[in-house]
Amino acid sequence: MISREDVVHVARLARLALSDAEIEAITPELAAILEHAAELSALDTEGVPPTAHPLPLVNVFRADVPRPGVERDEVLAAAPQAEDGRFRVPRILGEAP
Amino acid sequence: MSASEIADDVRSGRRSARDVLEEHLARVDEHEGEIHAFNLVLADEARAAADSVDAAVGAGSDPGPLAGVPIAVKDNMATRGIATTCGSRILEGWLPPYDATVITRLRDAGAVIVGKTNLDEFAMGSSTENSAFGPTRNPRDPSRVAGGSSGGSAAAVAAGFASLAIGSDTGGSIRQPAALCGVVGMKPTYGAVSRYGLVAFASSLDQIGPFSNSVTDAALLLEAMWGHDPLDSTSIAQPLPAVGSVLDDGVAGLRVGVIEELTDVDGIEPEVHAAVEAAASALADAGAKVDRVSVPSTMFGLSAYYLIAPAEASSNLARYDGVRYGLRVDGDDVAAMNAATRNAGFGPEVKRRIMLGTYALSAGYYDAYYGQAQRVRTLIIRDFDRAYEQFDVLLSPTSPTVAFELGAKTADPLAMYLSDVCTIPTNLAGHPAISVPFGTGAYGLPVGVQVLAPALGEPVMFRAARAIERSSP
Repeated sequence: MISREDVVHVARLARLALSDAEIEAITPELAAILEHAAELSALDTEGVPPTAHPLPLVNVFRADVPRPGVERDEVLAAAPQAEDGRFRVPRILGEAP
Repeated sequence: MSASEIADDVRSGRRSARDVLEEHLARVDEHEGEIHAFNLVLADEARAAADSVDAAVGAGSDPGPLAGVPIAVKDNMATRGIATTCGSRILEGWLPPYDATVITRLRDAGAVIVGKTNLDEFAMGSSTENSAFGPTRNPRDPSRVAGGSSGGSAAAVAAGFASLAIGSDTGGSIRQPAALCGVVGMKPTYGAVSRYGLVAFASSLDQIGPFSNSVTDAALLLEAMWGHDPLDSTSIAQPLPAVGSVLDDGVAGLRVGVIEELTDVDGIEPEVHAAVEAAASALADAGAKVDRVSVPSTMFGLSAYYLIAPAEASSNLARYDGVRYGLRVDGDDVAAMNAATRNAGFGPEVKRRIMLGTYALSAGYYDAYYGQAQRVRTLIIRDFDRAYEQFDVLLSPTSPTVAFELGAKTADPLAMYLSDVCTIPTNLAGHPAISVPFGTGAYGLPVGVQVLAPALGEPVMFRAARAIERSSP
């Protein structure tokens, strides 16, 4: 059974600043979904390989020739903050201010 | 009016694309306030596109197989310089710097894009109630949902706002709303239609496909947009089979299996069950050999899907970090900014799926949840393979129920998820499937019957769908 502590931990991994009220609400919802999904554990899958993708594709290559891409300025124009041709972000954790 | 008739008329100069468009825009003006099929109506752009189709016809050239056909596009496909919201606050203000491959192909085929349609946020949902911009209502009964996640596209066709629409189908998001709105909706074989420019939800399951008023029109639209695209590495490189030219080949001798586990089970409304029986009888009358078939592991499709799809989504949606596009909510450092942005920008269902997927992929739970779901996916594919040794196509309901009332399932995520129980197994297998309207069920609401086929089995699937359509009450 998923606990409140699990939810807090997973929210941190998922970079979601869930409020206390959201954590209270989502914990039983996730528990109910996971409880339903637990029916899968009853299936014998010994020796069954996992399927990650429906097509048997391996290493799809294209010719290594230059071609036009998306314009940098157009991409940066869509960013919340940009400066000198780069995305601008707040300081990284642990850096000196 | 059917898309093929519109295209014929426009190409031959009998009608102008502009006149066709104005008729559709007039219906949008009259009913869109109630239905809310669109996040954005592109009236000016559509008029310019229609005029250029007419100019091409006037100059003696052929604008293409979809000449002048008004089409609605789900708002999770990138349109250069035109807002693409995915029904989410987190993409607020984002203008894509490129067009999705399907958009380019539709324009090249002469189609006229009338607007971007509403959807459950990032295509996560079965009712279009998870949109940040409010729900879409069912044109057959506006007190009820249009289904989802491509509810806006289904409603746009059902309401006559567009002759065709495209949506994306990860677990039934084309077929289920098509069934609930009484139109045709089809999910192609995985990799048949390019996903370049389709905002990713669950990459191993996502597939773009058509909505239409008829099976013939669905084939017309499919053939205009599918085929290899070097910009999508998962796109099928081999030539795809002809569909439109075999539609009316009939079903004599075709082996049709009705899937017991998706049809003869609790939760399927009696009228929906009766519609599948009636469609099966109609196919038998037309010369098909119809039998029951057991595809046992499809019963576990829902559980496998609700681990696999959220796991992939939790990875795909990591890109919404407040750095590159859309919303940013400030924080003291990057991690705090990321977390504040994501919590403010995503709605409850998206957060639920990100949490579920992150949990299923986290240390200590990976093998029990995600790993086991991937192995069950293999079992489902094996069961389908066995069924297709004996049958050419399979049959089931599309949705267990007719359209439900707004709000009926929003408080219970699991109940909402059950809406997709019949459509999910095909996505896990990467196979094609189509929903065909077949009469009405409870409250006189539309019912959809689903035809499933093996990978690249579209020709035989469309033949069966066309036969069902012909015999529809």
